[in-house]
Amino acid sequence: MYPNEVELQWSILIVLYPFITGLVAGAFILASLERVFRVEAVKPTYRLALLTALAFLLVAPLPLQLHLGHPERSFEMYLTPHRSSAMAMFGFVYLWYLMGVLLLEIWLDYRRDIVVLSQTERGWKRLVYRVLTLGSRNVSERSLGIDERLGYFITLVGIPSAFLLHGYVGFIFGSIKANPWWSSPLMPIVFVFSAMVSGISAVMLLYMLSTRLREKEIDMRCLDKIAQYLLYTFVIDFSLEMLDLLQRIYEADESFRSLDFMVHTRLWTSQVIVQILLGTVTPIGLLGLTQILRLSDIARKRIYGLAGCLTMIGIFAMRWNVVIGGQLFSKSFLGYTTYKMAFATREGLLTAIALMILPFIILWILVKLLPPWYESDSSPGSGSAPAHGTS
Amino acid sequence: MEITRRRLLVLLPGAAVAWKFVLAGTPEAAPNYKLTEHWWAMLIDIPKCIGCGSCVRACAEENDVPEGYFRTWIERYHVADWKIERPEVESPDGGKNGFPPHADDGGKNFFVPKLCNQCADSPCTQVCPVGATFITPDGVVLVDKSYCLGCRYCIQACPYGCRFLSPKTHTAEKCTLCYHRITKGLTTACCEVCPTGARQLADLKNPKDPIHEFLRTHTVQVLKPHMATGSKVFYNGMDGSVR
Repeated sequence: MYPNEVELQWSILIVLYPFITGLVAGAFILASLERVFRVEAVKPTYRLALLTALAFLLVAPLPLQLHLGHPERSFEMYLTPHRSSAMAMFGFVYLWYLMGVLLLEIWLDYRRDIVVLSQTERGWKRLVYRVLTLGSRNVSERSLGIDERLGYFITLVGIPSAFLLHGYVGFIFGSIKANPWWSSPLMPIVFVFSAMVSGISAVMLLYMLSTRLREKEIDMRCLDKIAQYLLYTFVIDFSLEMLDLLQRIYEADESFRSLDFMVHTRLWTSQVIVQILLGTVTPIGLLGLTQILRLSDIARKRIYGLAGCLTMIGIFAMRWNVVIGGQLFSKSFLGYTTYKMAFATREGLLTAIALMILPFIILWILVKLLPPWYESDSSPGSGSAPAHGTS
Repeated sequence: MEITRRRLLVLLPGAAVAWKFVLAGTPEAAPNYKLTEHWWAMLIDIPKCIGCGSCVRACAEENDVPEGYFRTWIERYHVADWKIERPEVESPDGGKNGFPPHADDGGKNFFVPKLCNQCADSPCTQVCPVGATFITPDGVVLVDKSYCLGCRYCIQACPYGCRFLSPKTHTAEKCTLCYHRITKGLTTACCEVCPTGARQLADLKNPKDPIHEFLRTHTVQVLKPHMATGSKVFYNGMDGSVR
């Protein structure tokens, strides 16, 4: 090891950063399936996916902020950005995605509801909804039609933006030429597909959980469709990762011996066991089964639930292996270090757990404020969630 | 204050220590120093390095380097026969206190001093999100610690492991090539104390600098040339096993 390398620089908080951002991008892409590609079956999850994306996006900068040596200076990234820095430009990509895509799309989609609620609710809620109308109370057919068209356009712009958001996170790692574990042109692409996998899986699980909490019936047509998309995306994601691996093994450049040793020792559990076997091959196999066999609704639900949870674990492990794994070996390829995770510190496990709980609290508030479902959802297979512009 | 014999005995050792600094004198100010007339580099003559660690100690003292971190360090390489890709490298405490004797088992041993390579196309400068790391017009990569966020992206981007996060300032830190000295006409602390002249500060823009003659007449390399960082720390007599 070079002597300054003994200490790991990026902790579990930086693992959370691509994990959370991936959930945002994936959830949005799932939402866009309905809006742009007219996949009617996933309609019941459209608004839930948008709110999930927003809840996680609001938390995404927090791990970065907490990790900084000088958090009070973070705003300098916006005031005096260094244009050649991938990290500086991420601030603008994030801001664009939050302000230019997600908030706008949610507001346009909910505008009619917000106006109605601002007239029917009482007390502080009325005040909140009045503020959320932003002074626009026109809900005529013509104005709702404009909302619909504008919303469609924003989703259209949103899809490449979602790709950009998480592809860019991949670029932040992939562009570090000093680190052979990260430096790969495939990194942004792998990040985009893994983001889609995690986002789709998260929305699927949230949909199943929220429906159960509301004591409603799950729309199996919707769930089957989401699971199908999850499987397709997962297969692409896994293929890309394996391609990257094959390329590395076959090339066996100067870094290979060092990285290979790392995978067979320090990363064996987190990469081979958890990420690949448990978090990728198993859920792909489970989802594949549902495509081949004719299973009952209950069996499919259970399989989807299990596959979804394993997927989340697998994607988290992937982020862990990228961020932490990329720092365990020396850039001299002669030596290794270990990551000792702190517990109750600013960058410790407790903070990480709190940061993972926070988006769910925000989502709960958002769902209370802007309910993403209607009572008519309850009839199974009805697909009767509100259509755009008429909801 | 009345000076008693007892008080004088207490004060004298302090005065003796202070006198050392008085004699060393204040570095001469260089009001005529022109940034654009210099392009700083360093020459490391590997066969001359004896691994005494004086440079590491001098650097730590001159720059108040936190314990356990290094702006410069020395590595001892041991290459057994033909295993050029698998050298044994050690750097106990950065080589600060020298090295214990190595058992002679037939291989070759040599010391390699390391420091920031003051890259002309430095990856650390490229990735800094706020431009707190920058290259001066005279070719030195510096960190503005009043501006650095402490994001550590630069530490990840440095291929040579030369940077660390200071536990004192919570900002990135690295070798400054003793910028506070070289702009006043002095050499770096490490070069000043090196007993064998293994380290030499060089000004590539000064046609009279002996570095030009040296580079023309010796086989010189930079570390990890495939990284294309425009490294300005030149190594003479560097073995292929060094990385």
